[in-house]
Amino acid sequence: MAEAGTERPFVHFDGVQKSYDGETLVVKNLNLEIAPGEFVTMLGPSGSGKTTCLMMLAGFEAATSGEIYLKGEPINNVPPHRRNIGMVFQNYALFPHMTVAENLAFPLQVRKMRRRDVKEKVARALGMVQMDEFGSRKPAQLSGGQQQRVALARALVFEPQLILMDEPLGALDKQLREHMQYEIKHIHEQLGVTVVYVTHDQSEALTMSDRIAVFDDGIIQQLAPPADLYERPDNAFVAQFIGENNRLPGKVKAIEAGVARVELDNGGEVGALAINCGDVGNRTVLSIRPERVQVNSASLQNRLDAHVLELIYLGDHIRCRMQVSGRDDFIVKVPNSPEHAMLREGETCTVGWNTEDCRALDLAPGSI
Amino acid sequence: MTEASYHTAPIPGAPTDGQSALLASDGTPLKTKLRESMRVSRMRAFGLVLPLLLFILASFIIPIIMLLWTGVYNATYAVNMPASAPIMQAWDGESQPTEAMAEAMVLDLVEARKAKTIGKVASRVNRELSGTRSLFTKSARRAAKMEAPFLAALEKADKDWADIETWRAIKIAATSLTPAYYAAAVDAKYTATGDFEMQGEERQIHVKLFWKTIWVSGVVMLACLFLGYPVAYLMSHLPAKTSNLLMILVLLPFWTSLLVRTTAWIAMLQSQGVLNDIFVWIGITSDEQRFSLIYNLTGTLIAMTHILLPFMILPIYSVMRAIPPSHVRAAKSLGATNWTSFWRVYFPATIPGIGAGGLLVFILSIGYYITPALVGGQDGQLISNFIAYHMQKSLNWSLAAALGGILLAIVLILYWLYDRVVGIDNMKLG
Repeated sequence: MAEAGTERPFVHFDGVQKSYDGETLVVKNLNLEIAPGEFVTMLGPSGSGKTTCLMMLAGFEAATSGEIYLKGEPINNVPPHRRNIGMVFQNYALFPHMTVAENLAFPLQVRKMRRRDVKEKVARALGMVQMDEFGSRKPAQLSGGQQQRVALARALVFEPQLILMDEPLGALDKQLREHMQYEIKHIHEQLGVTVVYVTHDQSEALTMSDRIAVFDDGIIQQLAPPADLYERPDNAFVAQFIGENNRLPGKVKAIEAGVARVELDNGGEVGALAINCGDVGNRTVLSIRPERVQVNSASLQNRLDAHVLELIYLGDHIRCRMQVSGRDDFIVKVPNSPEHAMLREGETCTVGWNTEDCRALDLAPGSI
Repeated sequence: MTEASYHTAPIPGAPTDGQSALLASDGTPLKTKLRESMRVSRMRAFGLVLPLLLFILASFIIPIIMLLWTGVYNATYAVNMPASAPIMQAWDGESQPTEAMAEAMVLDLVEARKAKTIGKVASRVNRELSGTRSLFTKSARRAAKMEAPFLAALEKADKDWADIETWRAIKIAATSLTPAYYAAAVDAKYTATGDFEMQGEERQIHVKLFWKTIWVSGVVMLACLFLGYPVAYLMSHLPAKTSNLLMILVLLPFWTSLLVRTTAWIAMLQSQGVLNDIFVWIGITSDEQRFSLIYNLTGTLIAMTHILLPFMILPIYSVMRAIPPSHVRAAKSLGATNWTSFWRVYFPATIPGIGAGGLLVFILSIGYYITPALVGGQDGQLISNFIAYHMQKSLNWSLAAALGGILLAIVLILYWLYDRVVGIDNMKLG
């Protein structure tokens, strides 16, 4: 995982903006550096600009301003067919009138490769995705997962150094999707190609990526490795978008040594890491992951009274909905283990957490 | 299902040997029961289409079959000349005409004159041998006074009765079920001895006309394809608002009467028309040498192409609309130039639309009548105009039916060929 600056970036978005109508920006000032061999995922809700970024990189959309560099060369004026970028489309975009082998041979034929080499490379690519016996089939005769593999093989067969994937697993069922995630990940590790992957599925992004760029409203909200993104979200949007998250609104009373004292709206005062909460007197939202909340633990600094509203038994843990500080959507995951007390509905208890597990973030619109 | 493992108690009438058909709970076979339960909905479905079915049967299918039948069956002579018809049919066409033939002929001539059907009979025989019309009408006038021997009496009335060709023509006319009309439709002649021979070079018109009709249809089809394909492409790639406007422009001719459109072309293309005026004004041609763009083959081609263009555009458009834009993008990302990705990925996907549009335009233009009739002049006439001529002017319905029958056969063969080559399932009309 190359940090920006230590090595020449493979892909570099430099102040890229995109507007379709000249009035609103779909992508606002995008700056992103991707290292060679890296697996970067663009994650975000629909309409956040992630697919537009991918299309600009592929050459199907032109950047309104700014420049995109590939291996240090500006590519804004290079047509898509000369960029040598492999792409896997959402609905595979296999050519229905060609067989699987013909689909795979297509990128080699347009590169005027010798017939014998074409045959050899097609066979090797089919082998890589375990589709050796399907060369003579038409795409319509394949299942969704098989089509997905062929599309992947077709994007790889001409050995591009960069592969773009636009929600490639969106049309598959859950089990197959998880299986394909690993397969794509393995192929990436095996070939060492650079992958830019677009998805709106956070678990997919967390499973596969070296780094994830969380998009919202045309801006990268946070660019970080999966663990950082989950453990240390920079703002309320990321905290809310990635994983499950408890939110408690309040007001900053004091900040010292990176720790904010926050007075909650419905009484009680707790400490939290001051990440993105502004100065004293600002309103803020505290973010705590449900699995970091502990029940009836006397040793913690931050403790609040809670009222158990609902219990859902999930085998390895019990999901507990509580009323805390006037909000009744506070979720706690209680591990199903001997040392944890069993809660009952209607019961009153205390919940608590370590200060470093609680982050004081911005009051983003819609975050309450 | 052979083991009755589903049942805790045996059902009355259930198969005990595990071999016979499955039974419903009341003991009747399940298949019978299913048919019964489906019958009501089948009857209802049939009831819904019944009025239309009867209408089409009565007004369309039966008349067409009857008309096609007249192409091989013409009983004008047999009905109106009942005495001579069987004798003439039995004659071998080689030996000398007999007294019996003459006697029956005279008898029939007398009766036909009384019944005032002699004119019909005369023109029927006249089609087989021209000049026999007057022979029949003249002989019929004198027949009442003729006495035996009738052969001599006929020959005395008109020396043509001595010519064996006259009798042969009568034999052909007397045979009701005959391939003569189909032979005539392909420029052949069916002789009294049952042979076929080709007509003289100068009388061969139908085969040439069939080829010309096919040629014109092919040219119109190709012209529609070349003009329509880019329009369909544009329409399927523009934003909805603009493409809807284009669609209205394409459909506009459909909302205008065919006659109005054709006459508009007359105003446009005639030698003092708009187009020629512009040519003269620009200086492409001089005032004395205006182009003749109408009342000839050119006029037929221009007007038919214009009128049939929507039938090409619409199926291609609907097919293009369904092609995902990601296919062309995929081709480009794989390294294909704009032209390669069009030719190897986009174009093959539009073939079902081209097939549908092409077949539609070809079949419509092969039977086109009104436009060639109005703007075709002499050399712009197609086979359908000839059929109309025989239906309306010469009243030779049997020949018209034979020509129509051949036209129908050509269309069916083309349809079959298309199905073999492209496949009807690949055709998309929208």
